[in-house]
Amino acid sequence: MNISLVMFLVFIAVTLGITYWASRRSAGSAAYFAASRQIKGWQNGIAVAGDYMSAASFLGIAGIIAFQGYDGFLFSVGWLVAYLTVLLVIAEPLRNAGKYTMADVLAYRLRPRPVRAMASVSTLTVSTFYMIAQMVGAGALVKLLLGSMVTYNQAVMAVGILMIVYVVFGGMLATTWVQIVKAILLMAGTILLSILVMAHFHFSFGQFFSEISQVTYHDAKGQQVVKDFLQPGLRYKPPYGPLDLISLGMALIFGTAGLPHILVRFYTVPDAKTARHSVVWAMVLIGSFYIMTTFLGFGAATIVGPDFIKGHGGTNMSAPLLAQALAGDIFFAFISAIAFATILAVVAGLTISATTSFSHDFWTNVIHNGVERKRGEEVLVARISAFVVGAVAIAIAIVLGPTANVAFLVALAFAVAASANLPVIVLSIFWRRFNTAGAVTGLAVGLLASIGLILLSPSLMAIDPPTVVGTARHLIQAKAWFPLENPGILSIPLGFIGAFIGTMISHEPTSQHKFNELLVRSNTGLGAEKATAH
Amino acid sequence: MANAASNLAIPTPAQVSEPDESQSVWDRIASSKEFQDLMATKKVFIVPAFIFFVVYYFALPVLVGYAPQFMATKVGHVNLAYLFALSQFFVAWLIAGLYVKAASDFDRLAKDILEKNGKGGK
Repeated sequence: MNISLVMFLVFIAVTLGITYWASRRSAGSAAYFAASRQIKGWQNGIAVAGDYMSAASFLGIAGIIAFQGYDGFLFSVGWLVAYLTVLLVIAEPLRNAGKYTMADVLAYRLRPRPVRAMASVSTLTVSTFYMIAQMVGAGALVKLLLGSMVTYNQAVMAVGILMIVYVVFGGMLATTWVQIVKAILLMAGTILLSILVMAHFHFSFGQFFSEISQVTYHDAKGQQVVKDFLQPGLRYKPPYGPLDLISLGMALIFGTAGLPHILVRFYTVPDAKTARHSVVWAMVLIGSFYIMTTFLGFGAATIVGPDFIKGHGGTNMSAPLLAQALAGDIFFAFISAIAFATILAVVAGLTISATTSFSHDFWTNVIHNGVERKRGEEVLVARISAFVVGAVAIAIAIVLGPTANVAFLVALAFAVAASANLPVIVLSIFWRRFNTAGAVTGLAVGLLASIGLILLSPSLMAIDPPTVVGTARHLIQAKAWFPLENPGILSIPLGFIGAFIGTMISHEPTSQHKFNELLVRSNTGLGAEKATAH
Repeated sequence: MANAASNLAIPTPAQVSEPDESQSVWDRIASSKEFQDLMATKKVFIVPAFIFFVVYYFALPVLVGYAPQFMATKVGHVNLAYLFALSQFFVAWLIAGLYVKAASDFDRLAKDILEKNGKGGK
C-alpha cells in the first residue's frame, strides 16, 4: 500500500476526531463562529500560522526559488513583514470593536446594511477565489503524489468534503485545531528538511552557497546554462519587473491585514492583549518558516536540479522531490502528507470566514436587520452556507480541471484584500469624517479595480501557441493592456481615493457622532465582546 | 426582504443599552486627560514604527529591482541582496518585540480608564 496514502488517512482520522470533539462544544453563535473566544494566545498564534501558510507558501515558494532563485525569496520576506501591519494597526482595534467579522468594525458607526452587504461581497470574493486556487492545486497535487490510485476529480471531492465536514460540524473550534495540527506538522517537516539539506553540504554554509552560485540547467530553448541563483533578477526582469515587485510588496504588506480568514482568527481569543500576543507567536513561526525556504528552495535547485523537477511534475513538486532525494520514499510521503494537510487547513479557514460573513453580515444583519429571529438561526444558516460554498468550490475546481491557469487567483485575493478591505477598515478606525458612502465606494472601487486590472494583466491576457488548450489557455487572447501581474500599486491608491471621494460627497452626522465611541472602545476594550463559557 | 417597519430601529453591535446617555459617556472619556494620554503614548510608538518598517521593507524591492548589480555585490559566502532580505526578518521581529514592550504601557493606561469607567461598559 502507498505510504503517502496511509499518512493522508492518519491525518484525516486525527482531524475527524478533533471535529467530533469540537462538535459537542459548538452550540451558539459565539461558540460556533469564535470558538467561545477562549483560544489561548499561543494557540491562536499557531493557528494563524496554519491558516496563513498555504500550499502556495510551502510548495509554491520552494518551487519559485528552485527555478528562479533569489527573486522567489522576496515573496518569503513580504509574507512575514506583512504581519507588522496586522500587529501595529489592525489586530487589537478589530478585536475590541468587532464580534465575528471585519464588517462589524465598519458597521459600528456607519449604516450597517449597505456596508455589511458590500463587505460581505468583498469577503466572499476573496475567500472563494483563494479557495478555488487551493482546490485546483490540491487536486493536481494529490494526483501527482498518489499517481494512478486517485483521479483529479476524486482528490478535489475528498478535499471539499473534508473541509465541509470540519466547518459544518466543528465550526471555528475544529478549524482552529486542524490549523494548529497542520502548522506543527509543517514546521516539523520544514525543520527536518532544512537539517537534511545542510547535512548534505556537511553543515558548511560556504559549500551550500557556493553550489547556489552555479546552478546548471537547460533553459526554455534547450540551451545548457549556469546561473548564480543568489543574484536578483531571474524572475523580475526589466522593463516592468521591478515595478511588479513593488506592486507585489504593496499587495502583501497591506493585503494580509485585510484577509478575512486571518482577521476572524482574532475574535477567537479573550481580549485584545491576547490577540497581540497571538500575532507575535504567529510572526515567530511564520518568520522561521520563511527563512527556511532558503534551504527548501535552494536545496531543491542544487540537490535535485530544475531539469529533474521539470521532468517529474514541475515547480510545485520541488519540496517533495527534495525530500525524496535526501531521505527516500518514506520522507517523500511525509512531506506530501504535510502538503495535503496544509491545503485542508487553509481551505477550512477560508470556508469558515466566508460562511461567517454570509450568515452574520448578510443573512442576520442585512436581510433581517440584526435580529436573530430564532435562537440558533445564525449558526444554522452558516452550516448550510458552508455546505453550499464547499459544493460550489468542488464544482468549479472540477470544471476548471488540473491544468487550469489559477495562480493569478491568489494575487487577486491579496489585491482585493489590500485595495478594498484594508482602506475601509483603517479609515473607519482612524478618520472621524469617514462615512457610509465612503465605505461603500471604497469597497466597490477597490474590488472592481483589482478584478479589472487582473483581467487586463498578463495573467489573463496573452497570446498562447495553439498547443496550449482548454482552461490552461489565457482568457483573453491579446497582448496585455496592463503590464503588471500584481495590480496593487494602482488598485490600492484607487481604493483609498474611492473611499475619500465617497466620503466627501456625502454628509453623515451620526457616523461622526459615534466616532468617539468607536475610538474609545477600540483603544481601551471598554465594552468589547467577552469570552463565553462552553 | 425585511419588513420596512424594522428599519426604524437600527441595531448597533455595541453592548450599550441607552444610546443617548452612553453617548455622552463615550464623549466624556474621549476628551478625558487619561484617554488623550493613552492616544499620545500610542502615537509616539506606532507612527514612527510603522513608517520605519514600511520604508525599510520597500527599500528591498526598490534596490533589488533598480540596482540589481549593486545588490549582487558579494559579502562573504552570500551577497548584499540576500543579507538585506534576511535582515528584514530580524528587523520585523525586533519591531514586534519593541511593540509588545511599549504596549504594556498602553495596557496600563487603558486599565486606568476601564477602572474609572466601570469595566465592560455596560
